[in-house]
Amino acid sequence: MAKRIDVSDLDIFYGAFKAVEGVNVSIEPRSVTALIGPSGCGKSTFLRSLNRMHEVIPGARVEGKVVIDGQDLYGSDVDPVDVRRQIGMVFQRPNPFPTMSIYDNVVAGVRLNAKKMKKSDLDDLVESSLQGANLWNEVKDRLSRPGSGLSGGQQQRLCIARAIAVQPEVLLMDEPCSALDPISTLAIEDLMTELKDRFTIVIVTHNMQQAARVSEQTGFFNLNGVGQPGRLIEFNPTEKIFSNPDQKATEDYISGRFG
Amino acid sequence: MTATDAPPTRPRPRQQPGDRVFAGSAKGAGILILVILAGVAIFLITEAFPAFTADSADLPGGEGLFSYVAPLVFGTLIAAVLALIVATPLAVGIALFITYYAPRRIAAALGYVVDLLAAIPSVVYGFWGIFALAPAMVPFYGWAEDNLGFLPFFAGPASATGRTMLTAGLVLAVMILPIISAISREVFSQAPALHREAALALGATRWEMIKMAVLPYGKSGVIGGAMLGLGRALGETLAIALVLSVSGGITFNLISSSNPSTIAANIALQFPESTGLAVSTLIASGLVLFVITLLVNMLARYVVNRRADFSGAN
Repeated sequence: MAKRIDVSDLDIFYGAFKAVEGVNVSIEPRSVTALIGPSGCGKSTFLRSLNRMHEVIPGARVEGKVVIDGQDLYGSDVDPVDVRRQIGMVFQRPNPFPTMSIYDNVVAGVRLNAKKMKKSDLDDLVESSLQGANLWNEVKDRLSRPGSGLSGGQQQRLCIARAIAVQPEVLLMDEPCSALDPISTLAIEDLMTELKDRFTIVIVTHNMQQAARVSEQTGFFNLNGVGQPGRLIEFNPTEKIFSNPDQKATEDYISGRFG
Repeated sequence: MTATDAPPTRPRPRQQPGDRVFAGSAKGAGILILVILAGVAIFLITEAFPAFTADSADLPGGEGLFSYVAPLVFGTLIAAVLALIVATPLAVGIALFITYYAPRRIAAALGYVVDLLAAIPSVVYGFWGIFALAPAMVPFYGWAEDNLGFLPFFAGPASATGRTMLTAGLVLAVMILPIISAISREVFSQAPALHREAALALGATRWEMIKMAVLPYGKSGVIGGAMLGLGRALGETLAIALVLSVSGGITFNLISSSNPSTIAANIALQFPESTGLAVSTLIASGLVLFVITLLVNMLARYVVNRRADFSGAN
């Protein structure tokens, strides 16, 4: 199920503004890949280009290739809707649908695929997804209550359950813990370690300890100055990035000398 | 923190003159609304009182207050409900098109045109109804009588002038379209990007995204807009007075030339020639309209609040 992502010569634009330039990277399946870098360097933009979510912003486009398991996501015959069904996403702020119950939130993506599922199959899916997100024990007695009544950390795990319920190939996480307290953050980090056996996970984070804790590979994004496009400066095993990076800029960033 | 052991008195919040003026004027405005509403209610009740106590033979129609007002209430409701049934889906569609489908330039122009509909005086709608819409509807009424006559709504005989309840309802629908679509547009455009992106990231198409993240969020706003529209349709006077051919009592037949009038149109048409008890009767019918409008608003509020947990406001 987990798939490899190959990105070659990717440029990302917002209208005439080039936000990210010349990204070449291979993301390994069944692993956690972390993207770090200062604010505004294009790491979230790059992440969103992996499931074509950045196209939601008018004027946004890409040049280059993103290939998942031999299929070019930006091929002319590829529907972005199909891409997003294969590649799940978890956002910075927890965003369960406020008008839906916990149960309906989990199956929201499955219902989109218009497959008629038996009630018992749906029940099983809800249980396994919520268990996958380490939330089942906390909510099993109130599945019909609104998802917005949960705490922030629980809401974020509900969003993860919703994302994994559709069995995506890849899970993208855009600073999933930045709105959460340390205990909820720990719960999500543990979860990532479990989920990487089944999914390819790419996470954007501002928290370097988090990148060091959860990821196998780390990419460092930086930009030369305001108005310049962001670039992938270095991509290496996490251990190497945090002990003996190839680039001076990476070392400066992780040692806190700038950014 | 100092070491003094003074009893913990709650510090009085400092009040600037601006705060006091603002609080006072806001409070005053709120109270004024209630006073005006109460004043209208008192006026209606006292002025209508003679009609409640008078002998039924002395009232217009000669059969008592209830049989005078009932067809008017029926006509008012059926015209307004017709208008709402036609206008609400159309207004929601327009609002969705403007907020999520149309290219930005077209969206702005279209929004402006729809808003302009609200600026047209109702007498103009009335004339449009008589001279344009009614004749245009005549062939349809004939066809409906022949082919759909088994439904009570199209029992006929079809009106030759087209000045029917259905025409009146359609004119009202056009009149209430702008307010419903303006409010729907406003709430749809405020559907949080967070939830729209959540839907899109799950692989929702644009319509599915609207179903998951926009419509549920905008539902109470649409209901509110529809109720405002209904309020306008219930009270609309001139357009109905001009368009509707009135003669007759309660009927579901929408395409004939004998229709019940509406409360507001009836007051406007009868008032110049009324004196004494007839005026009281008209005011009594106005009181009924007041109560209907109040009930409609309370119902709308109830509907909006019913699932407050799931409203997205928390």
